[in-house]
Amino acid sequence: MVRILGFFVGLGFVGVAAWSLLWGVIAVSQDGLPHTVEHDFHAEPRDIEFSFAGPLGRFDRQQLQRGFQVYRDVCASCHGLGLVAFRNLHDLGYTEAEVRAIASQWPIQVPSINPATGEPATRAAIPSDRFPSPYANEVAARAANNNALPPDLSLITKAREGGPAYIASLLTGYTDAAAYRNANGDALPTENRPGQGLHFNPYFANLNIAMPPPITADNQVSYAPNNPPATREQMAEDIAAFLHWAAEPSQDQRKDMGIVALIFLIVATTFAYFSYRNIWATAKRTVRPIGVLDPENMARNEAANGDAGVAG
Amino acid sequence: MSFPWAEQYKQKHPFMRWLDSRLPLPRLVYNATGKGYPVPRNLNYFWNFGVLAGLALVIQLVTGIVLAMHYNSNADTAFASVEHIMRDVNGGWFLRYLHANGASFFFVVVYLHIFRGLYYCSYKAPREMVWMLGLVIFLLMMATAFMGYVLPWGQMSFWASKVITGLFGAIPIVGEPIQHWLLGGFAPDQATLTRFFSLHYLLPFVIAGVIILHIWALHIPGSGNPTGVDVKGPQDTVPFHPYYTAKDGFGAGISMILLAILVFFMPNYLGHADNYIPANPLSTPAHIVPDWYFWPFYAILRAFTVDFILEAKLWGVLAMFSSILLLFFLPWLDKSPVRSGSYRPTFRIFFWVLMADIAVLGFCGGRPAEEPYVMISQIGTMYYFAHFLIILPLLSMVEKTRHLPNSISESVLHGEEAEAAPAGLQPAPAA
Repeated sequence: MVRILGFFVGLGFVGVAAWSLLWGVIAVSQDGLPHTVEHDFHAEPRDIEFSFAGPLGRFDRQQLQRGFQVYRDVCASCHGLGLVAFRNLHDLGYTEAEVRAIASQWPIQVPSINPATGEPATRAAIPSDRFPSPYANEVAARAANNNALPPDLSLITKAREGGPAYIASLLTGYTDAAAYRNANGDALPTENRPGQGLHFNPYFANLNIAMPPPITADNQVSYAPNNPPATREQMAEDIAAFLHWAAEPSQDQRKDMGIVALIFLIVATTFAYFSYRNIWATAKRTVRPIGVLDPENMARNEAANGDAGVAG
Repeated sequence: MSFPWAEQYKQKHPFMRWLDSRLPLPRLVYNATGKGYPVPRNLNYFWNFGVLAGLALVIQLVTGIVLAMHYNSNADTAFASVEHIMRDVNGGWFLRYLHANGASFFFVVVYLHIFRGLYYCSYKAPREMVWMLGLVIFLLMMATAFMGYVLPWGQMSFWASKVITGLFGAIPIVGEPIQHWLLGGFAPDQATLTRFFSLHYLLPFVIAGVIILHIWALHIPGSGNPTGVDVKGPQDTVPFHPYYTAKDGFGAGISMILLAILVFFMPNYLGHADNYIPANPLSTPAHIVPDWYFWPFYAILRAFTVDFILEAKLWGVLAMFSSILLLFFLPWLDKSPVRSGSYRPTFRIFFWVLMADIAVLGFCGGRPAEEPYVMISQIGTMYYFAHFLIILPLLSMVEKTRHLPNSISESVLHGEEAEAAPAGLQPAPAA
């Protein structure tokens, strides 16, 4: 009975799925596979080798400091970093005093209240404060940016496919829509070119981004003498590295711990394997040698193998 | 336990005798994991995954309980509290990454456990209850994992909760009231988040309870084995401890290495980038996808695109739920007297086609709902239902199976009787 009912239920689902498939095939044979301009012109992030790539890669503190400089001089005027506190800058190699100075001299002050009157006020930041947002609220942010909302950057490398490589590619990816050719050599259709207040960037998901090019010239941020030259690409990679630290500050600690954990687990698993083999040595079909762990038992096993006529 | 060849619990130490006559805890442990629970001696590594699933549940419980001490189930602060765990709680990143990837680990081992059951037909008599209780655990796991995914209150959390509860909205007449009742409102909001947190904390303990029933039901007939031949006597078995505890220890080591690689070196590999964006009811993500372990079912849901008597959406919902519920009837759909797929040459081919089919469905479920993925999932859906409801019942009537070994010992021994008994056990009496 179950099988008869099941047979008809099965036929029902198979039939309706086949019916859907038929209409799908008809639609595709008439219109072809769906094809979007975004699909044709969207570019994958550039292949950038960051210092923190792979299990052994770690943050380069000097690069993070340069990236922080780019954030402070370029990004911070529009983008918040609300999940990161000034005190976290210790990770970048700044001293206590330097962190305090960075906080107190931060161009945007922290919301506060006037202790005498209770009126809203602002004060200079201290290390325990998080980076203050450049805008009081979303309405203010949109009003200042042509109705676009500059996202908070605290998690941006984890919140975008491609991570830091995407950020670096995007920042240097601005190009002239009219002159751009994709991999097939096609020009961008006129109706997809950026409208008022938008900028063409093939790395952006829908090709036209509201953010104007933030990094426009070499040496826009002046790096300290013993650093690499501040080319556009270098600045873009440095800010991407800094933002990846901001999104994943515990990364170095995590990888260090991972290597210790793996060594421990591999040793423990090796012991578990040999004890498994040891316990099962005589339980299965042949008398198995158990390795170098127990020479006495080995000799006994060899003797048993000899008696049983099994080649050791 | 009830096997005639099981050793009876005998304790010499007066204290243990005293305890056993008042609270038979030592007897329970002995009968569940010691010589009182003889296990077929020929189990392969696919029999490790039950214990590994238990290990996964323990990892989820321990990490989850500590995470709940720091998490805040308020729609305004949930996202920030998760980041607080990641940044400011000591070892918080480890707890959260272990919990998030531990869920994937749980599903990996449970899927392998289920596939083992499908290949060796572990669902057949006398283990139908074991199979059905296992499916109950699987359904509870899916509910728990889905609600856990909502808790960080990121973009995917919010929109997944909207889509999944929206499935109930496809039911005629009562669908929409049910959806509103589940959400506690017209859209996912504070009420949804709080109740999901409460249930996400509750359900793992329900799972633990059903696991006790699952193991209890297993210990009545005892474990199956790769030949599918019943245990005939003590020569076919070894005590669970130390033989299978040792083997499970090795399996646990290997699986912890794989989990550690995921947690420490690629913790976000299985996640979705959009869930690091705070939930925003006004901005729909380009593609709403659940976590990978739901992808095959998501593909089945989206395979029904054309109305046929019922609405297409309702067909999808019915098919998705049926794709799991039909497994409850498997013991009565597949009537072949031979259990193990190793002795069923035709069944084995269809089994591997099913595995490939589920992999293809999984791939399509993770892609956007556009051609050609929809057409591929339609073909995959057709095979999925045909396999269980049409092919298996017919196959079990016509298939010519291979010759079964007379006993488990025969299958492993090939006649070397002198070596049959494991160390420390009496040699088998000559048959």
